[in-house]
Amino acid sequence: MNPAAAITRMPYGLHLGVQVETTDSGTVFVLPFRGDLIGNRWLPALHGGVVGAFLELVATGELFAQAEAARVPKPINFSVNYLRAVGPRETRGKAVIVKHGRRIANVRVIAWQLDESKPVAAGIGNFLL
Amino acid sequence: MSDAGDVPPPKYALSAYFGTTRDEIIDTIPHAASLGMKVVEVGPCRAILRLPYRDFLVGDPTRGVVFGGVITTLIDQALGLAVSLSLEDLRPVATLDLRIDYLRPAVPGKDLFGLGECYKNTRNVGFARGLAYDASESDPFATCLATFMLGSTMGDTPFAAALDEYAGKTK
Repeated sequence: MNPAAAITRMPYGLHLGVQVETTDSGTVFVLPFRGDLIGNRWLPALHGGVVGAFLELVATGELFAQAEAARVPKPINFSVNYLRAVGPRETRGKAVIVKHGRRIANVRVIAWQLDESKPVAAGIGNFLL
Repeated sequence: MSDAGDVPPPKYALSAYFGTTRDEIIDTIPHAASLGMKVVEVGPCRAILRLPYRDFLVGDPTRGVVFGGVITTLIDQALGLAVSLSLEDLRPVATLDLRIDYLRPAVPGKDLFGLGECYKNTRNVGFARGLAYDASESDPFATCLATFMLGSTMGDTPFAAALDEYAGKTK
């Protein structure tokens, strides 16, 4: 399944309006900015939960896209590191499948805004396939 | 020997908000409000929030199970609030890292509850733990550990003014 189809299979992915771009370096997932994603309106900055959810969505989308089964992979655990303030603009993310085993996959995700070399958040998680 | 009465009671910047159904403490957070998040109970170093079940929160349509990231949002909010509720002075709180274990799927159709507790603060960092449940605290579907960066005292910032205004209205 292509990654865009994978995202649209997940209602929450549709709700966030996540889009998919295919680039030379792999699939890039895009979270468009929207006012209702703000967590701190005085900075302003996206809600930490939205950033975590986006990272997890990127990991799930990448896995779902590569898995043979039509089932959404189930998260076992997920860890998010917040590296910089996530401003009121588009956020981009991509995932690397560190290990794809028979039952478990380990996936690393990075998210950035204007400059890919300055990530705003990083995540890593284990998923049951 | 001194009496226990000599020890001053702990002071909390947000004590005006302590109690049940104090939604105004999260109504200033656009994303929490847009998801319909509600306060069940807030008190010293502790918060319980409720997230009503909605179809758009689902991750796996074949099972009707809420997407893991939604649980991240609920838990991040509950733990972050618990840290804010532990502070003597109003200071901004920002998540530094957060790890969630998904113990079981949340039951489809049921409201989700997030409980956060701040168990230690240092000068710059707040440490919090929490869980999420759909029926009982004793049977959580997710557990979480997180750390938060504590900013400097807010003094006369617009955020402090807004919180004062809300607290005044609801006293």
